This record gives sequence, structure tokens and C-alpha cells, in this order.
Amino acid sequence: MSAPVLELSGLSKRFGAVQANADVDLSLGRGEVLALLGENGAGKTTLMNMLFGHYLPDAGHIRVDDGQGLRDLPLGHPQAALSAGIGMVHQHFTLAENLSALDNILLGVGSLLSRRKRGGAARAHVEDVMARSGLQVALDTRVSRLTVGERQRVEILKALVRNTRILVLDEPTAVLTPQEADSLFANLHQLAVDGLSVIFISHKLREVLAFSDRIAVLRHGRKVGEIATAEADERRIARLMVGAEAPQVERAPMDPGAPVLELSGIRCEAASARDRLSDVSLTVHAREIVGIAGVSGNGQAALAAVISGLRAPDAGEIRVGGALPARHTPAALIRAGVGRIPEDRHHDGVVGSMSVAENLILERLDGPDVQRRGFLRRRQIDAAAIAAVEEFDIRGPGPDAPVRLLSGGNMQKMILARVFRAAPKLILANQPTRGLDLGAAAEVGRRLVAACGDGAGVLLISEDLDELIALSDRILVMVDGRLTEAPRRDRTEIGLMMAGAAA
Amino acid sequence: MADILSILLSDSFWAAALRIATPLIFGVLGALLCERSGVLNLGIEGIFVAGAMTGWLAVWMGAPLWLGVLAAALAGAGFGLIHAILTVPLGLSQHVSGLGVTMLATSVAYFTYRTALPDVTSPPRITPFQPLDIPLLSDLPFVGPVLFQQTALTWLALGCVFLVWYVLNRMSLGVALRAVGDNPDAVDAQGLSVYGLRIGAVMAGSALMALGGAFLTMSAFDAFFFGMVNGRGWICIALVIFASWRPGKALLGALLFGAFDAFQVRLQTEVGAMVPGQVFLMAPYILSIIALVVAARGADYPRALLTPWFKGQR
Amino acid sequence: MIRIEPRPPVSGTVRLVLPLAAALAALALTAVPLLFAGAPVFTAYGLMLKGVAGSLFAFTETLTRATPLIFTGLAAAVAFRARLWNIGAEGQLYLGALACVWIGTGMIDAPALVLVPLVLLAGALAGAVGMIGPAWLRTRFGADEVVTTLLLNFIILIFVQMMLEGALKDPMGLGWPQSEPVLDAAMLPPLIDRMRLHWGFPLALVMAVLVHLLMSRTVWGFRIRAVGENAAAARHAGLPVTRVLLSVAALSGALAGLAGVSEVAGLKGYLTADLSPGFGYAGIVVAMLAGLSPLGVVVAAVYIAAVFVGADSMSRELGVSSYLADLTVALSLICVLLGGFFARYRIVRVPTVDAGQG
Repeated sequence: MSAPVLELSGLSKRFGAVQANADVDLSLGRGEVLALLGENGAGKTTLMNMLFGHYLPDAGHIRVDDGQGLRDLPLGHPQAALSAGIGMVHQHFTLAENLSALDNILLGVGSLLSRRKRGGAARAHVEDVMARSGLQVALDTRVSRLTVGERQRVEILKALVRNTRILVLDEPTAVLTPQEADSLFANLHQLAVDGLSVIFISHKLREVLAFSDRIAVLRHGRKVGEIATAEADERRIARLMVGAEAPQVERAPMDPGAPVLELSGIRCEAASARDRLSDVSLTVHAREIVGIAGVSGNGQAALAAVISGLRAPDAGEIRVGGALPARHTPAALIRAGVGRIPEDRHHDGVVGSMSVAENLILERLDGPDVQRRGFLRRRQIDAAAIAAVEEFDIRGPGPDAPVRLLSGGNMQKMILARVFRAAPKLILANQPTRGLDLGAAAEVGRRLVAACGDGAGVLLISEDLDELIALSDRILVMVDGRLTEAPRRDRTEIGLMMAGAAA
Repeated sequence: MADILSILLSDSFWAAALRIATPLIFGVLGALLCERSGVLNLGIEGIFVAGAMTGWLAVWMGAPLWLGVLAAALAGAGFGLIHAILTVPLGLSQHVSGLGVTMLATSVAYFTYRTALPDVTSPPRITPFQPLDIPLLSDLPFVGPVLFQQTALTWLALGCVFLVWYVLNRMSLGVALRAVGDNPDAVDAQGLSVYGLRIGAVMAGSALMALGGAFLTMSAFDAFFFGMVNGRGWICIALVIFASWRPGKALLGALLFGAFDAFQVRLQTEVGAMVPGQVFLMAPYILSIIALVVAARGADYPRALLTPWFKGQR
Repeated sequence: MIRIEPRPPVSGTVRLVLPLAAALAALALTAVPLLFAGAPVFTAYGLMLKGVAGSLFAFTETLTRATPLIFTGLAAAVAFRARLWNIGAEGQLYLGALACVWIGTGMIDAPALVLVPLVLLAGALAGAVGMIGPAWLRTRFGADEVVTTLLLNFIILIFVQMMLEGALKDPMGLGWPQSEPVLDAAMLPPLIDRMRLHWGFPLALVMAVLVHLLMSRTVWGFRIRAVGENAAAARHAGLPVTRVLLSVAALSGALAGLAGVSEVAGLKGYLTADLSPGFGYAGIVVAMLAGLSPLGVVVAAVYIAAVFVGADSMSRELGVSSYLADLTVALSLICVLLGGFFARYRIVRVPTVDAGQG
């Protein structure tokens, strides 16, 4: 390793009862690409937020090379981190969508009282950085009109124009196609050759092995291993990450039954690609899991909205269990037998300030076990909640506590309980394991397979190819609002299809 | 029909339209600054009252007119600071806090007025701003009476339109302000202060609102009355949506509104006998609701409006 | 450096104590304007207390003042629960009053047993219509109901003035813009002899209990809460969000309309354009002090009424402007907002350590 440009030593951070990071040491050399690997909740993001001054560590130091050797970095000051040449690209982009790419890149450069920089030296500098890094974007376009990949380039450019010498990327490929991801890493490699040091956070073993020089693994907030990538292999890293072999969901194929969901010629018109569907036809049978792969924003949201009943298609027909639903509303589709696990559980799935018991009856307020002549049957509702908490192992302060207090995994179990207790014909699972740790994710997968065994059909929309391949009987790929069936459950082939190449 | 045309072509009509529009121009610009930074300021109605009272009281107590204007602006900024503290670092409901500030500013103004002048029956008068009779220009046909016989505060309002436009579109500060109203994380990630920008915007916007109030007591009239603001602040909140948060369109919206109001007042003298006078009094409010309903559909609200942001939580 | 961190949920006791603390803080802060006005502070507080509860008459006056505030407070509380910002209780109150005098001044002649429920119903209906309009404009066109209800307050008040100078004007009113007196059979009778406290007060209490049961025990109340807390999740779960919002609007408007009926038929006996000294706006403060709890509204309304009654009688004796009451009410709102903040978050001082020393 060349001379270090960054040293973290003994960094610790506790949030309430959770020890997010404990005594983490890490160093980074000039021009080195370091991968920071770990499960969800392993403390990767917290560590980087401390580096960037967003969080103040409880203990530890950060030292950064300022050209004349390593110096202590004042902690808890984003401004200090910025001026020390540390740049961060967050997983959730921090872009103002109502401004142009250039305005975003130059935001906060120079005095606020100066004239807005739109041309001249500032623009030339940005164009120069674009040329050197190979990251090209249309500078005068409003960010709201850029694609996800372009937005990410804007984020990286934002860091680079500030003479960043250490670039941190938090799960940079989560929203990219495999091909876009490859080109991103090619750019990063070029930058590293020119002297930029890179830390990227990931939980994808494949890209970590392919594109890093060194790998550091975090588990439960501690650094549990550090290896040169050349000496690493998938099994060894996976063991470091989870502490044991990754839990695998057992999946034996079953005999599919009658169709439970039939979409034919569904079309949705919309200005943006994420809300558009063109002539989508699809059948899900009982005892079958059908996976929908695709880069996010290709129409999955529209497909889920149609099947949830939130959006009536502009053309086409939807049948549930062979029958047309009475109306195209969420209530009618729930009644027809569709159970829904929404993509964003906080936003669409739960009413955070209401109790677990109340959230469990949210979709079935008309049921005779829930109400009588408009009055809630408290005793029955509470008894059912206690049973659900037991059966689905929903851990938290109890059925009367607000759902907001549950962890992500337990909130998802609450939603599963609500869906499964209605004995749906079809389960729409949209990104059901997003944000869950491996254990909770495996539990969700197991429950879906079990429901399938009980006679339900499952439509699984996911960005995680490994999950899709492990769980699905068939996989369809969604690109630009169209569905194409993948001939085989093959990673590379599906990746190519996701990028728009003909199957 | 000919009557209507003669109204629309008369210079006194347009002069009145601009006069009616002036406090609204201040108010809409003020609301626009606050909302562009992501903060709805329903304190506007009360801040109008406070501005009207403070400016008037300062002059009544012997201060020169412009010192009165400054005092009004400072009072506005002060109440803006209260709203900003409650809604920005503390992240409390912008609706409720704004209504609270309106109640507070109104009652402080009324209480101060009553305490300062316990025994007056008819409101005491001051010498207000006089029309700026600019030699030569004010003798121009039509344009002269419309533009060049307004008071200095109307010119200040027009100047503020340009100033706010310039800051928002031509300065780095404006880029940062628009960014903080769209995605505060973007501003924070670049090491700029979300709180600083928002608090500053709310204070500056509130100062502008107070100038709208000061215009009422220091230019349109020469005294302070209870209930004189009469919903002008709320009208501004409707107009800012109509103006899609742009200074130029804010000016246009306020002028259109002023023109309608001036028009209906003149219409009243024509058809007054047939229709009860209250119908005309209602017109501005009804017009505002119509403007809001028309504009609401396609309104491109600042994305972060009403959403509190806390440092260190993302 | 200072940071804001969420606090673990506070206990029920704290939630009860908070509004009390806020009210006390507001009363304490009122000393500042009192000093500014040059009044003897402790004497002033003493006089306020005497005016509020110094005699049976004083106390019943306070409860009389609280009656419309309970109605408008409930109106705000149910609407805010659904995140429907009804700031128009003031206008809806006048609509209710208008309906009351329209029906109650001789249009129908019937015994009290018929006429009293009839004017109550008419007032509630008028108030409901007055809020369904803005709610519909919001659900249909996305027009912010805060602005429309605020503007409607002005429109309705002007409309009332128009009616009082026109169709509803009392020919015997010596030219004053006021309505004819309400028939005796349409009046809510006094509760106690020679006091002004009337049957509107127990009616307000009953409404508070009914609204409480509605919110906590019924499917309708469940829906209102769900829509208010997370409209997206409610829609996703198949709740009829638009219908719930319109129904809450009707309920909220109806409660505000009852405030108007109660003031006209219980207290004044006829309608003037200064029937309400801002009961609609004060109702918002009542609702916030009550933490949107319907039963809490009763307590908060009595407190706000006490502020008004106390300040009134104190100002008569000391010559301090009675706008002091409005000031205290505004301060109460701001204090309870702050209190709510400290219940949910705490402010922590973070030492700005340099790594070298840390």
C-alpha cells in the first residue's frame, strides 16, 4: 500500500441501545479503491457519516493527509471534511431537482453573495473535470429530467470539482443496471490511477471482487476482517459478512394451479418512464412465484399500482382468480383476493402512529370480526392482534404500541401478517426485503414460499437478482414499461436484458 | 360596454390598480421568499398588521417616514424570526405556528396601539408619503399619472420585485435558496447551513410583508385602524400559488388583482343601485379563491415545502 | 453546538401536564405586556382570578364564554385529526347563526320541543355546507383549504352584513343592522335562574363525549385517524380517502355551526355581525391545547374562556387594554407548540471537540 491519505482509528458511535460502530480502524492509500462490505445494519453508512461530519463519533480520531502529512480532522463538521478533500456520494442523491446539473455541481462553491456561476471559468473547470473523468452530463438540463445514472454522475462531479482527494460512495450501484455499474467502475478506476482514493460501500460480492483493491468487512458495527482483493473469494467474504454461511431459502418447484392473476394488454400512459406501461400481459398461477426483474424506474411502480388498484390502466384487462374485479380500486382488489406488500412500507404500508392491532385491521374494516354496526369490536381486534404477534413473531413493545416503534423487519412481519391472514389468492410483493437484514429477508422469503405452498400465487418485484433467482419459478424482465420473459434464470443473461439488450 | 371601455382606458383606473396592488406586491414577494426556502408563513396576516402599526406609530412619535418604514421592516423580521425558530430548527407545524404568529403579531399590535393611545376616539393622523411628482415624466400622457404619481413605497415595491428576481436567479444565494426549498440535504451536503438559509429567507420575507402593511398606514391612508388589513395577507398566500413562486408573475398577479379590484369599485358606481354594496366587498376574496382553484392543479410547489428538516438525520 | 434528537415516547402523565405547563407559561409571559402597560402585575392577576371564579355569577360567565369555544374547539380538533386544516370555523359559526335566525324568527311556528332541535339541525347543516365546499375544492382541484377557509370567513361575514341590512333586517331595530329576535320557542333556556349560562353548555359537553366515542370507538373515527396520520397508507389499504375527508369536513363544519346556534339561541337572542369575537380562531388554540383530544377540548375551552373573561374584568378595573386576552391566547398557542416539541424531541449539547483533544 502506498502512503496513507486517511486513517480512522477507534471510531465508535452509539444510538440509544444500538452500538452502530465500535472501535473501527481503517486506512486508505493514495489511488486505492477500498470496498467496505457488510450486511444492512452492519454500520457502514454510520461510519461514513462520521467521516463526513454528519455524525459526531462517541470516541476515536480521523486523520487526513493535507499535503504535509496526516492531520487530525475536526469531528462533526461537514465543512471541515469538505475542505479536507473528502467527498461523499450518498445512496439517496442529495440533488435539488429544480436546478440544472451545473447549478447543483456549483452549489456552495464560492461566496453566496457572488453572482450565480453559469459560464466562464467555473463552467470551464467543470467541463475539464468531466473530460478528465469521463463522466459526461448535460450541464444545463434540470436534474428532474436526468436519468438515475446521470444523476449519479452529477453527484460524483459535485465532489470532484471541489478537488476531492478521497471519494466515498454509498451503495453506488443500487439503482444502476449491471452495464451502467461497470462503466461507473471503469470511470472510478481511471480516477484512481490519477491519484483519487475511493471508498465504496456495497453488499454485492461480485462488484466488490471485480473492482476493489482491498476489502474491509463490517459486522455488527465492528471491523471483522480486511483482505487484499487478490486473495479473496466469494465464500470467504460471505462468511466474514454473516458470520456463517448465508441462509438459503429452500425452494422446491410445485405444481402450478389455476391462474390467479391475468393481465392482458395493460397500458398506462405517463410522462415519465417509471409510471408507463406498454402492452403488459402476464399470468400468475396458484402455487407459483413469478419474479419481475429490472432496474428501478422502468415501470415496476406502475405495474404495482395497477395490481394494487391505486391506478386504473388506460387500456387492458385485469382478472383476479378468473373474475374481473367490480371496480378498479384498492378496496375492490383487496376484496377480490389480492394481498399487497408495498415497496415503501413507511409511506404506503403502515400508519406509524397507530398501534400494531389497528394496523392489522386497516384493510378489513368492514369485516364482521372487526366491527358491528359501525362500532369497533375491541376485544376481538386485540385477541386477533395478540395471535398475529405470536404467529408471525412480531417483536416490539406489544400490540398496543405504535407501529412506528417497530424495526424494519418487524414492521414487514406485521404487513405479512395482515396480508396472509386475509388468505389472498395473489400476493403482490414489491421489494419485500429492501432494507432488511439477511435474517429478516430470509424469513420474508420463507413466508412467501410457504404461502405459495398453501395455494397462493406470488408476484415478486425485486431489484435483487440473487433473490429473484433463488425464489422465482419464472422471471420476467421489465424494461421501459415492457415485460419480456427470461428464457433461463441466468444472471448474466437477465442483466443484459435489464440493460435493454435483446434476449 | 362603452362605459367599461372608458374605465379601462382611464389613467386614474390604472393608477388605482397599481396603488391597490402595492401592498400585495410586498406580501406576495415576502410569501414567495419564505415558500421558496420551504417554509409556509401564515404569519403574514398578522405581520401586515404589525408592520402597519409599527410604521405608523414610529412616525406618529416623531420619526421621519423612512425610519418608520425601517421600523416596520424590523418588526416584520422579528415576528418572522419567531416563526422561523418554531418551524425551522424546531420543525413544528408550519400551519399552526403561522396562525400563532398571526394571532401574536395582531394582538401585540392592537395592544401596543391601545396602550400607547388609551383615550383616542378618532385615529390620529400622520403626514404620509406623498406622490413623487417627477418633473417631465409625470406630465407624460397616461404613463405619467399611472406611474409617476405614485408614492415612494410603490417604487420601493417595484424595486423589490427586481431585487428578489435578481437574488433568486442571478446570485449564488438564490441558487442555494431554491435548492433548500427543493432538497435541504443537497444544501447540507455542500456544507451550507439549511437553518441559516431558511431562517434568513423567512425573516427577509416577513420584513417585506411588514412593508406591505406599512404601505397601508403610511401611503394609502394616514392612520391606523383596527381590521384595516382585512385579509390582504391571506390573499397574498393565494396569489403566490397563482404566481408559481416567480417574482415577475407575482407582480403580474398583484397587478391583475389590483386592476380587478379597481374595476369593480368603478363598476359599483355605475350599477351600484342594482346590487348591494357587499357584493363588491366580497369580490376580492372570491377572486382570490378562483385564482387559487385555477392555479392549484398545475402548481409546482417547492418540493420541501411544509417538510421539517433536522440536522444529522437523513 | 446544539442538536435535536428524538426522545423516547413520553408517558401519559407528561402529555397531560404539558398543556397545563404551556397555559401557565403563557399566563406568566402575560406579565410582560402588563408591565409594559404600567399595571400592577399581581393586582392584575388577582383581578383576573376574581373575574373568572370570584362568584357564582363570574364562574357561570366563564362557562358561558367556554360554550362556543367547546364547539369550535371540537370543530378544529376533528378536522385537524384528519389533517384537514379547517381555519374557517369563524365563518361556519356565522352560517350556523344565520340558519338559526332564518328558521327561528318566525318562519316556522312550533313548540320548543320541535323548534329547538330544528334550529340546531339547521345550524349544523349550514355549518357543514360551509366546510364541505372548501374540502371539495381541495379533493377535486387541490386548492389548499387553509387559504379557502380563511378567505371564506371574510366572504361569509360580509354576506351576514348584507343579510342584516337586507332580507333578515329587523324592521323594529331602529336602523341597527341586526336580525329580528329568535322566537322564545326556539331559544335554549337558561340553566340557572338569573344567570346567562344556558343549555348550550350541556349540549357542548354531550357533543364532546360523542365526538370522543366517535373517534375512539367507531369505524368512522378509525378511518379519520388513519387518513390524517398517513393518507397514502390509507388509500393503499382501500379506505375511501376522499369520502372520509368530505365527511370530516361536514362534521367539523356542523360543530362550528352549532357554536353559532348556541350563541344566538342561547345567549344573544338575535344575530348581529359582531356575534363572535373570534371564537372560530380561538377554537384552533383550544384544539391544540387539548392535543386534539375531544375531552381535552372542554378543559382547554374553559381555560381560554377564563383568559377572556378574566382579562375583560381586569381591564375594566385597571384600564389595561382587553387585547391583552388575545395576546395571552396567542402566547398559549405558541407555548403549547413548544411543549409538544419538547415532548417529542430533546435538545442536546454536543461539545465541538477537536479530534486531538477528544
